Amino acid sequence: MRRGGSARAAETRSGWLFVSPVIIVLGLFLVAPIVIAFWVSVSDWNGRGSPLSSGVSFVGAENYRQLLTEDSLTRSDFATSLRNNFYYVLLVVPIQTVLALALALLLNQRRLKGLSFFRTAYYFPSVTSSVAIASVFLFLFAGGGSVNALLGIFGIDGPQWFADPRGVLHIALGWVGIGNGADGPGPVALTSHDFLGLSWWDWLAGPSVAMLTIIALVIWVSAGGYMLLFLAGLQNVSSDVYEAAAIDGATRWRTLRSITLPLLRPTLFTVLTLGLIGTWQVFDQVYIMSKGNPGKTTLTPAFLSYDQSINNGQWGSGTAMSFVLFGIIVVFTAIQSLVLRDRDPGSRGRFGRRRAVQPVTPPNSMQPMGPTT
Amino acid sequence: MSRKTTTAAVAACLTGVLALAACGGGGGFDSGADSGATQPTASGPVTLKFMITSNGPADVKLQQDTVKAWETKTGNKVEVIAASDINQQLTQGFAAGSPADVFFTDANVFPTYAKAGNMLAYGDQLDMKSDFYEGLVKTFTYDDKFYCAPKDFSTLALIINTDMWTKAGLTDADVPKTWADLETVSKKLTTGGVKGLVIGDTRDRVGAFMKQAGGWIANADQTQMTADTPENLAGLQEVQKLLASGSAAYPKSVDSGWGGEAIGKGKAAMTIEGNWIKGAVKNDFPDLKWKAFELPEGPQGKGTLSFTQCYGIASVSKNQAAAIDLVKYLSTAEPALALAKGLGVMPSLKSAADGYKAAFPDEAAFLAGAEYAQGPVTVAGMDPVLKDFDTQLQGLPGADPKAMLARLQKNGQAALS
Repeated sequence: MRRGGSARAAETRSGWLFVSPVIIVLGLFLVAPIVIAFWVSVSDWNGRGSPLSSGVSFVGAENYRQLLTEDSLTRSDFATSLRNNFYYVLLVVPIQTVLALALALLLNQRRLKGLSFFRTAYYFPSVTSSVAIASVFLFLFAGGGSVNALLGIFGIDGPQWFADPRGVLHIALGWVGIGNGADGPGPVALTSHDFLGLSWWDWLAGPSVAMLTIIALVIWVSAGGYMLLFLAGLQNVSSDVYEAAAIDGATRWRTLRSITLPLLRPTLFTVLTLGLIGTWQVFDQVYIMSKGNPGKTTLTPAFLSYDQSINNGQWGSGTAMSFVLFGIIVVFTAIQSLVLRDRDPGSRGRFGRRRAVQPVTPPNSMQPMGPTT
Repeated sequence: MSRKTTTAAVAACLTGVLALAACGGGGGFDSGADSGATQPTASGPVTLKFMITSNGPADVKLQQDTVKAWETKTGNKVEVIAASDINQQLTQGFAAGSPADVFFTDANVFPTYAKAGNMLAYGDQLDMKSDFYEGLVKTFTYDDKFYCAPKDFSTLALIINTDMWTKAGLTDADVPKTWADLETVSKKLTTGGVKGLVIGDTRDRVGAFMKQAGGWIANADQTQMTADTPENLAGLQEVQKLLASGSAAYPKSVDSGWGGEAIGKGKAAMTIEGNWIKGAVKNDFPDLKWKAFELPEGPQGKGTLSFTQCYGIASVSKNQAAAIDLVKYLSTAEPALALAKGLGVMPSLKSAADGYKAAFPDEAAFLAGAEYAQGPVTVAGMDPVLKDFDTQLQGLPGADPKAMLARLQKNGQAALS
């Protein structure tokens, strides 16, 4: 009776038994909601009773078609939200990543005094409730708030941050004489064409002044969190490599470019991926600080999807928006991983990268850098 | 893991999901498919869930005290729930099939709820139906059915900070009667950090000017948009003129959330707000001395806006009979007047108007507005269109009012068809 197969089967069974709690929890709280949300996006559910009840019928891609092809307020709102979020991502992801890396490099120096204090200080915003931080920023950036008081010292008349819907690109273009500034109508060549119900000129608005405050807040909050990831990555880099570089006479800049950054590639990938996903899904700051105002310039797809479903009762197009957003995130993450992929798959060893520790000639006169204590 | 086990795992997962889905479907909330149907009545004393919006614990206590007499009389219990975000909480309740039995329903969201079949149309069962103001009954009529009892209502009036008023050398004779008067006094009252007039940047305030110019967003029976008209344009141009002159401003530009805050903080000498300003001022700015006057006339006479809520009853509620009985009780003069007094709003019953006048002789301006007030637009799917119009209005005085009205016309017509 005690054949090998049967023992394996018993093993498999107990294996399943052990993983079943996770599968059930994930299925209940992750897979099922996603599947049901997807069903809502292809159904005519109106928010009453269960979406799986018999009165709800399948409408195919109707909600998606309406959202993306029909000339309507919903479509132009969605396009506006995509534009806003695009500029938001474009500014937040690079700045928060570079800032996080810079902070991590600073705090990775063993010579620095009070390291743990600084680490805690920079990480602090990330562990504080976003609601609390958003409320504090509301006060800081109020028309008569601290930020404008500070600008006033330098003789600058600060804007009404949260009431200013002007796009910064429009303002900048106005300076060079294109489009009569932020309030005036844009050039005819750009306003006479549109994409998804939003004119080309409107697509080029850039983040609004109000959006800049949210961007500043998010960078300030998340840089500390990503700094921690970079710090962990840096601690993994063996000091041997730096010593070798030092012996070769590499400059600090060269060491950073040729050793630290390549070795941090996995961490960089993680930070960029998390950053991209997080920024495309921005919701709570918008919900607390602006609700899409002023002039819909802080509207984001995540917030619009919520508003469309909960407040307007348009569940089909609301969930369709969130799945279009999902598609956008997948595409951006795919592009990003393509750009960051290991370009020489031949040398898989961590320290075997091309040009990693090439001798630098002529030996340079600057002080060699190394993790010597 | 071999391919076979992977397949098995996927299959197991999917089965799990489907089973869950089936459970969800098995809950069965399809019973109330026709919204007018009355659910079987629960026997014996019941506990009604009553969801309200409130400005604080005092409002909640007032509501609890008011229903106490009904509780004693019928033996039922009422659990008053103060919502933090009533729309979201109700929406969750509707989806789960277990919303509150009775809930405050704002005129803005009423058509959305009614269209989705979330509300019971019980209006015709009310014996005091003829005692409600006709305008309010019309507001809560959807698809020719009178859905729910109007709770109370408010109108807009011109609120003046009397200290600033006298300081500027103005007297009772200077209270603005026309748009030109309004421009003059706004200019006189504007000093340094104080704006003469601060008005909210939405159709719920700016719309009053459209009304005074003889226009409105939609026609009387809400079948056609009438946004893109010279009358509405004249209304918006007046607001544009006031804002451009520097003697009027939106609340945001004086660091306030709304007109009441601006006048309370001393950043505005006048504002246009409704009855609710009374409670808000009492709580937040007890030192403010103010007085309410009827809004100045435009080229086409007087115009103000009214706002209202009703007692919605859920179409899936198990306690509909008791819920209707509660609403009937609340819609009698005594409790209605008690609530109106406590909240500062006006009772929806014509028979209670005298009682209100007697209690608040100083607030005649609000009640006077009831005669000619314009109610909100109540068409399902119109809310995002009107919100979009609000967004456009934020662009004043720089933006073009004509383009705003054309946009409102186009979007609104799409929502109507």
